[in-house]
Amino acid sequence: MDIRWSWIESHHDDIWENTVQHLQLVGASLVLSVLVAIPLAVLVYRSRTASGITAAVSGALYTVPSLAMFAFLLTIFDIGFWPAVTALVLYSLLILIRNAVVGLRSVPAPVRDAARGMGLTRTQTLLRVELPLALPSIMTGIRITAVSTVGIATIAVFIGAGGLGELIYNDGIQRGLFLTPILVGAVVATVMAILIDVALLVAERLLTPWQRARSRG
Amino acid sequence: MTRVSAHETTGTRAAVLELQGLGTRYSSSGPAAVADLTLTVPAGQVCVLIGPSGCGKTTALRMINRLIEPTEGRVLIDGHDVRETEPARLRREIGYVIQQVGLLPHLTIAANVATVPRLLGWDRDRTAMRVRELLHLVGLDPDEYSGRYPAQLSGGQQQRVGLARALAGDPPLMLMDEPFSAVDPITRLRLQNDFLRLHRAVPKTVVMVSHDIDEAVRMADRIAVMREGRLVQYAAPAELLARPADDFVSNLLGADRALKGLALTRLEEIDTAPVPAVRAGEAADGVRRRLADGDVVALDHRVLVVDAADRPLAWLPVRALDGQLAVPSPRGGGAEPLLDTLMTLRDALSAILGAGSSHGVVIDGDGRAAGLVSAEDIARHARGEATAADAGRG
Amino acid sequence: MGLMADTVTAFQQNDGWGQTATHVRLSVTSLAIAAVGGITLGVACAKIGRGAAFAVTTLANLGRTIPTFALIALILAVTSLGFWPTVVGLVLLGLPPILLNATTGIREADPGAVDAARGMGLTRTGVLRRVEMPMAMPLIWAGVRNSSVQIIATAALAGVVGAEGLGVIVQSGLANGQTDVLLAGAIPITILAVLAEVLFAGAERASTPRGLRLARQPSKGDL
Repeated sequence: MDIRWSWIESHHDDIWENTVQHLQLVGASLVLSVLVAIPLAVLVYRSRTASGITAAVSGALYTVPSLAMFAFLLTIFDIGFWPAVTALVLYSLLILIRNAVVGLRSVPAPVRDAARGMGLTRTQTLLRVELPLALPSIMTGIRITAVSTVGIATIAVFIGAGGLGELIYNDGIQRGLFLTPILVGAVVATVMAILIDVALLVAERLLTPWQRARSRG
Repeated sequence: MTRVSAHETTGTRAAVLELQGLGTRYSSSGPAAVADLTLTVPAGQVCVLIGPSGCGKTTALRMINRLIEPTEGRVLIDGHDVRETEPARLRREIGYVIQQVGLLPHLTIAANVATVPRLLGWDRDRTAMRVRELLHLVGLDPDEYSGRYPAQLSGGQQQRVGLARALAGDPPLMLMDEPFSAVDPITRLRLQNDFLRLHRAVPKTVVMVSHDIDEAVRMADRIAVMREGRLVQYAAPAELLARPADDFVSNLLGADRALKGLALTRLEEIDTAPVPAVRAGEAADGVRRRLADGDVVALDHRVLVVDAADRPLAWLPVRALDGQLAVPSPRGGGAEPLLDTLMTLRDALSAILGAGSSHGVVIDGDGRAAGLVSAEDIARHARGEATAADAGRG
Repeated sequence: MGLMADTVTAFQQNDGWGQTATHVRLSVTSLAIAAVGGITLGVACAKIGRGAAFAVTTLANLGRTIPTFALIALILAVTSLGFWPTVVGLVLLGLPPILLNATTGIREADPGAVDAARGMGLTRTGVLRRVEMPMAMPLIWAGVRNSSVQIIATAALAGVVGAEGLGVIVQSGLANGQTDVLLAGAIPITILAVLAEVLFAGAERASTPRGLRLARQPSKGDL
């Protein structure tokens, strides 16, 4: 493997800029997908017809290869940050919705019955009981999604959104398959994915103290 | 319904519950799950709904707090039709206890108990005080349990928390669906007795569903026997045992009705013999003198050693006092069977015989030795004869 | 629609059918190798024991963290842009899902059924062939399904990197900013992916014995 360290040194500003762009892409799409997925998940949880439609749509979206998806979006939108984020969000929906629904459905029936019997309204039950208890499942979904988003975001370079894909494509592939920037892009993206995964794992542990208290006191 | 005033923390609100022609169906054209159910539960009384699987008792219970909407008839709480209040608000004024408890797993015990007060808008301090008070009431130390999570508690402890949670908002009515079924028989008996004690202190109107006739006889002021959605008989346990309405009720009560009659009386209602108790560490001379004077009458040449709080430790042969300066703290043995004063004669008899003994030590709510009762005494009582205790009193 | 007509024209002008054929050849070859390799290794891992299974699972999951685009670019940069180097890259990406599912599928095969089969006198291979494999097939088909979509998508990326296949057409459209060319590449890729998904989902469902199907929830069309 022929690694040009001099290239890395002279380009570390670019590398940094691309890394930040990549983080922005991933961050924005994670936040948006959660905001879209959770209400959809609640809808699926409550309604059978919604369940069928949402399953079909998000499943279909998931099958479209990411390159093709970006290409389709290019025909509709201009290049830029938000079209890229849109694609990333669409890809995240299936897993997030599915995990959220599984989490909601795993709330034990006696807990739901007791909540209703105590006088909690449907909204209160959702916000105070069902969603908190679905949190572990939701967090797992976010973790899986985050990792795959970091990966797909490398293709965002084609829709003009920059990110680590720029290193891989513009600096690497377009310069006659120059190995070094491709390697840098790959390594940075992989490390980013691992770090985000660990950070979310820690966040999950912090947000669900009752899961730690498993053993009898 | 009127609200409890701010400085009343332990309320004794109890409502009159009336069911008038209550009924509902499983599906719009199907058979009736409950039909024409009419009964009144006076304020502060315990009504137990009992019957075979599928008789509609749980459905009837759930119609009271509108978890199931009736198609016929009405439910009146203190004269107000429950349909006049929005369901969620109605349920905040009704305590609800179910078999699997349903504690919210992601909240601490304190937060669980505080659920309804928070919904009712109580301020923080009042709620915190109420939570402590209730945990005490159900026999759980607040300092130890407030911060724990449901997963860390045993089944019996969880059910106690469930009770505390149901009482938190000081509701005038409590609905309980087989609350003690999910625990082992020993814990169940203890929970039942503790509940009875609690009910004496806080006499709310209670409707309880049970599938266990013995539990019903033990706990109820009135029993409502149901069959295929209809009420067959509604009467006090004594009445039910003495005059069952038909063969169905008779069979439900079981062939040992005479024995069940013993379940109508509690140990606290009969006279018990004094227990020959001596304190551990007490001067042996004093004990020997009291034995000689007849102040203490040994049972089978044994005395009961109790601790400083009068709680039984073990039986001690009188001979063991020879040559001793003080009553020794016993190492082996025990004082079983120990019988709660609220125990029915039937359960007491069962415990005594089960321990292979002839006598049992009666203990009060704090565990202190309060008297001695024998299997003979109970049998005589069942036959209506005077017991040895009565004779001794002359 | 004008755009549609233009896209068709662009497709023909850019050797659309040729590239599609290449794309299919790449994908099918890679999938076949990945499937054979994945199932064989999967069975081996399942039999060797927990340690191997755990190591393999961790490795496969780690592989998933590396972005596919970067990975295929790396592999092609290190080898060359020909057909077989591309296949190597695609196999590397497509093997893990099949391997994982094969390992899990065989390990999770109902131990009661396996025991009964052994008790009836089947040899180890016999048990494998008649009991464990059939029970693992639904999961294996699911893995193949997953893989096939992955492979088709990554082959497109390989085309962008400079190899062959429909990705080349997309790349051309990107470079020249021509929407019709873009679509001429993107639409066939999507159609291939959807076809693969439907085909293997059907195989997955067909391979599930009715008894299991009733007990399980279908993996498609239900959230």
